[in-house]
Amino acid sequence: MKFSENWLRTFVDPRLGTRELADLLTFGGIEIEGTEPASPAFDRVVVGEVLSVTKHPNADRLNVCQVNTGAEPLTIVCGAPNVRAGMRVPTALVGAKLPAMQIKAAKVRGVESSGMLCSAKELGISDAADGLLALAADAPIGADVRQVLDLNDIIFDSKPTPNRGDCLSLRGLAREVAALSGATLNAVSVPAIPAEHNAQLAIALKSPKACPLYCGRLLRGVNVKAPAPDWMVRRLARSGVRSISAVVDVTNYVMLELGQPMHAFDAAKIDGNIQVRFAVPGEKLALLNGETRELNPDFLVIADEKKALALAGIMGGAQSAVGDDTRDILLEAAFFDPDVIAGKSRVLGFGSDSSYRFERGVDFSGAREAMARATQLVLDICGGSAGPLVVAESAAHLPQRKPVDVRLARVARVLGVAFDAATVADIFTRLGFTHAAIEGGFRVTPPAHRFDIAIEEDLIEEIARIHGYNRIPSAAPVVATRGLPQAERRRSPASVRRTLAAREYQEVVTYSFVDQAWEADFCANAVPIALANPIASQMSVMRSSLIGGLVSTAAYNLHHKQSRVRVFEIGRCFATQGQVYQQPWRVGALACGDASQDQWGIRPPRPVDFYDVKADVEALLQTRGLTFEAAMHPALHPGKSARLLLSGNTIGWLGELHPRWQQKYDLPSPPVLFEVELDAVVAQSLPAFHGLSKFPPVLRDLAVVVDEKTPYQAILDAVNAQKPASILEFSVFDIYRGQGIENGKKSLAFRMLVQDTHKTLTDAEVDSAVSEIIKILQNQFNAKLR
Amino acid sequence: MQDLDALVKDALAAFASTGDADALEQTKARYLGKTGLLTEQLKGLGKLPPAEKPAMGARINAAKSAIEQALADRREALQNARLEAQLQAEALDVTLPGRGNSIGGLHPVSRTLERVEQIFHSLGFEVADGPEIETDFYNFTALNQPENHPARSMHDTFYLQGENTGGKHLLRTHTSPIQVRYMESHQPPLRIIAPGRVYRVDSDATHSPMFHQVEGLWIDEHISFANLKGIVTEFFRLFFERADLQVRFRPSFFPFTEPSAEIDMSFGEGWLEIGGCGMVHPKVLQNVNIDSERFQGFAFGMGLDRLTMLRYGVNDLRLFFENDLRFLRQFR
Repeated sequence: MKFSENWLRTFVDPRLGTRELADLLTFGGIEIEGTEPASPAFDRVVVGEVLSVTKHPNADRLNVCQVNTGAEPLTIVCGAPNVRAGMRVPTALVGAKLPAMQIKAAKVRGVESSGMLCSAKELGISDAADGLLALAADAPIGADVRQVLDLNDIIFDSKPTPNRGDCLSLRGLAREVAALSGATLNAVSVPAIPAEHNAQLAIALKSPKACPLYCGRLLRGVNVKAPAPDWMVRRLARSGVRSISAVVDVTNYVMLELGQPMHAFDAAKIDGNIQVRFAVPGEKLALLNGETRELNPDFLVIADEKKALALAGIMGGAQSAVGDDTRDILLEAAFFDPDVIAGKSRVLGFGSDSSYRFERGVDFSGAREAMARATQLVLDICGGSAGPLVVAESAAHLPQRKPVDVRLARVARVLGVAFDAATVADIFTRLGFTHAAIEGGFRVTPPAHRFDIAIEEDLIEEIARIHGYNRIPSAAPVVATRGLPQAERRRSPASVRRTLAAREYQEVVTYSFVDQAWEADFCANAVPIALANPIASQMSVMRSSLIGGLVSTAAYNLHHKQSRVRVFEIGRCFATQGQVYQQPWRVGALACGDASQDQWGIRPPRPVDFYDVKADVEALLQTRGLTFEAAMHPALHPGKSARLLLSGNTIGWLGELHPRWQQKYDLPSPPVLFEVELDAVVAQSLPAFHGLSKFPPVLRDLAVVVDEKTPYQAILDAVNAQKPASILEFSVFDIYRGQGIENGKKSLAFRMLVQDTHKTLTDAEVDSAVSEIIKILQNQFNAKLR
Repeated sequence: MQDLDALVKDALAAFASTGDADALEQTKARYLGKTGLLTEQLKGLGKLPPAEKPAMGARINAAKSAIEQALADRREALQNARLEAQLQAEALDVTLPGRGNSIGGLHPVSRTLERVEQIFHSLGFEVADGPEIETDFYNFTALNQPENHPARSMHDTFYLQGENTGGKHLLRTHTSPIQVRYMESHQPPLRIIAPGRVYRVDSDATHSPMFHQVEGLWIDEHISFANLKGIVTEFFRLFFERADLQVRFRPSFFPFTEPSAEIDMSFGEGWLEIGGCGMVHPKVLQNVNIDSERFQGFAFGMGLDRLTMLRYGVNDLRLFFENDLRFLRQFR
C-alpha cells in the first residue's frame, strides 16, 4: 500500500526522519519496501498571477505575459496554448533549477523573458504535457509552489502481512507508529451529522453472520459534478488511487484514511429497500469493471427488492453506480465476515481495494465513524442534505474479542529472555490492548481492529515486536549431547553424485513438469499426470522418467557447440498407481559423443557405446546379484536395450536411444543412457570378511565356439551354479567372430582362476576342474572346444 | 716389493681408463685371472724362504684387496653412468597434458545443498524427505492455512488435474509439509532439515516455477526464539565463512509460526532478504498431536538457489535450470 508521509504525519509525528520512520515500521513488522519523493527536486518556483497576455511581435505561437509574483511584475514569454490573464501558474524565477533545465534571463525572439511559466511535466510531477499547470484561484501569490502543492512529501510503499488488515489505512499505520515510537496519536475529529431530511431506506440483514452490520444514509441534492479538492486528489494519487468523481473519491479517501471500505449508490436506481443476502443461483450482475458475472449462492450481494446492486465487499454494480445525472446517493459502510469475502477474488479473477481489506478484517467498530466522516466530506464538497443514519446490526454476529491470557513465564520460555510485568503492561498500553494483571501474567482483550490476537503466542509476538526482535539476544541452545545415526547399509545421494561426477558425468537439474510429447515418446505414457494450471504447454505434465530432461539437455548443449555430453540427474519421477501417486527417486545419466575426450597420443576416438555406459552402471551399483536382460523400452533401440534386475525386480534400464527419437530430437549421434531407482543405488551391503588362501592360484584359459545367440549371462549363470569349488573366478576375456568360425557362431575365450584353500592343487586336479567346466559348456550350450 | 706397489698402481690406472663393462672384465683378467700378474706373484710365494712367507703373503693379499676394491668401484661407476645415460634418453615433456578421462561435476545447487546438510549435520540436524506431489492438507491446512486464508495468495499453487486418494493434489509450494509428516511420525525432541524442490506459478528473471528450499525444525522443551536467532546466525556465518556476517530479524507473518520473522543478512553494506522463520505455531503442533504446552521450538526456511547465487555470484536464477554445460562446469 502506498501512502504519503505528510498525510501519515497529520496523525502521528514522531521525532524521526523519513528513513528512521520507514525503519521503525519495517522493524515493527510493517515492511516499507521503498520510499520515493512525491516530486523531483526543483527550487525558486512560486505562484504567479498572469496579469496580461499579448501576442509576441515576432512569433505567432508565443505570447508575452506580465506576471505578478508579489514584487515587480515580470515579463515572461510563454508558448503554452492555455495561458490566459487571471490564471495562477507555477512561475520559475530566474536562477530556478527545474528537474530538466535551469532558468536564465534570455531574449526570446527579441523579447526579454525573465522566468518561465511551467507545466506539470516541466516540474516533473506528471507526464502529461497539456499546457500550463493551473493552480487554485486562491493560491497565495509569491508562495513557494512546493508548499502550495505539498510536494515536499515522500511516498512510502508498505507491504503489510496478511494478518495485519488493520494497517491498510493511514490511521492504522499511525496507530502502529504511535505504539512503536511512543509518539502521540492524534484523533480524527468527526462531527455529528444532523439529519436534514427524513428520507431513508430500511436495511434487512438476511444473513446476519455474513453481514452483521450495515450502515446506510441517503444524501439528497448532491452535486456529483463538483470537483474533488486538490488536497484530496493529491493524497489519493500518492496512494496510487485515480480521482474519478468527488463522491467516489470521498469513499476511497475514507477507506484509505480510516480503513473502512465504503460505497455510494445512485439512490434513484434503487427499487424499494435494501437487503443484504446471498445471491440466488443464476443471478447476474453487471459490475463496475465492465464485467457481467453469473453469481452463485457463495456470493453475498447488496440488493434492493428487485435485483442485486453490488457484490458485497467486493465491487459495486454498474447499473446503480453514481453517474453524472445522480442527484441523490446512498452511502454504505458495512462489516462483512472475512470468511465470506476470502477466496472470492481467486474465483472471480479480480479483487478490489475493498475485498482486499474485508478478507483481512475491517474494524467493525469504525463503520459509524467512517459514515459520518464520508457524509461530512460529501456535504462539504458536493453540497446536498443528509438524511438520518440507518444502522442494521446483529451484535451477536459481530466478531468476538475474547480475552487472552499471557503468562510471563511462558513469554520467557518462548522468547528465551524474561520480561517484567511493568514492561509488558506498557507494551499493551501502547498497543491499545485492554489488559488486567492476573496471577503470573495478564488477561488481555484485543481491540476491534485486531483480527490476529487469539492465543497466548499472538501476545508473545506483540511483546517481542514492540520490544524489538533485534533486542532479543541470540543464544546457542543448551541440550544433551547425542550422536546422529549413520546407516552404513545406505549411502547418501551425495556419494552417488560424486561417483557419477568422478566418471565424467555433469549433474543437471531439469524441470519436473515436461512436455506431454516426452511422456508419449520416451515412456509410451498416454495419460500422464497433468497440471491443472501449467505455465506453458511444454511444462504441462509430470515426468514419469528422467529420460526426456536428459535428452533435451543433451540436444541443447550439442547445439551450443559441445561435441561431447555426459550428464546425469537425480530427482523424483511421478506416476499414478491406482488412486495413489508414486513418486520414486531415480538417477539417470546420458552419454553422447566420443567415449573419451579428444586428447594427444591416443588412437582415434570412437563413439561411446552401450558397454561404456554399462560399466558406469556397474560401478554405480556395485551390487551382487545385479543382472541385465535384453528387453524393449519405448525410449530405447530395441536391440540395444537392457532391463536391470536385482533379485528378480526391475530396478532400471540401460540402452541406446531409439533412432527414431535421435532423429526427432535432433541429436547428431546416438546417446546411450540409463535410469535406475535411487533406492537400489544407495542400498549397499556391509563388507564381510572371507579368509585368504595361502596356496598358489592357477590361471587357465579356455576358448569355445557357441551359437551367436547364446547370451554370456546364461553361460555365467550355468557355470556359477555348477562349477567345482576350486574355480574361484570365471570370466570372458575375448570374443571372436570371422575367419575360422562358422557363420552364426562366436568364439568365447574364458579365463579361470583355480585355487584351493587347503592345499596346493596338482596339475591333474586343475585339469579335472577345467574339464568339469568344459562339460557344462558342452552339455548345456553345445560348445565346441577350439 | 717395489714391483707389488707398481702393480697395484698400474691396475688402478688401467681400471680408471677402461670405458665399458666388457673391457673392464678383460683388464681384470690381466691382474686377477688364472695367469694374471697378481696371481703369478702368489704362485711365486712358495719359492720364498719360510721366514719371509708370512710377511710377503700379507703384502700380496693387501695388494689384491686394493685391486679388487678398485675393480668394484669402477664397475659401479660404469653402471651408474650407463643408467644415467639411459634415464636421460627417456626424459619426457612433463608439460604435456595428462591423458585419460576428466571428471564431471555437481550442479551448483547440489553443491550448496551438500554444504548446508554438512553444516546442519554438525549442529545435530538430520535430513528428512517428503513427496513433491502433496495434498492440500499437508501443504496448507496442517500448517494452519485453511482454504481461502489470505496467506494462501502468497503462494501461487500448481494444482493437478482430477482427484486422487487424499483429495485435491498440488505441487508443494514449500518444504514445510515434510516437517508436518515428520512430526506425525516422530516424537520430540526433533531436529531436522528438509530440503527439496518446490513449485510456484511464477516465472521471470527472479522467479522460476521450480526452485529449491531448505527448511529446518527444532522442537524440544526449551527451544526459544533466542535459540532460533543463535542457530540461524551461526548457520549463515558458517555457510559464507564470514564471522563478521550480520543477520537481523524483522517481524513478519507466516500462518505456521508465531512469532514469525524475516531474516536479513549483510556482508557489511546493504541488507538482503534471505529467509523466513519463527516459533512453530501451537496449532501446527496440536495438528500432529504434539503437546504444545510441553514442547516448543522453531522452524526456518530459505532458498537454496538464492544461497547459491549469493555464494558464487550467479546473477540470473534461470541459469540453474538451463543446464548449459559451459555454466555448470564452472562449479567443478
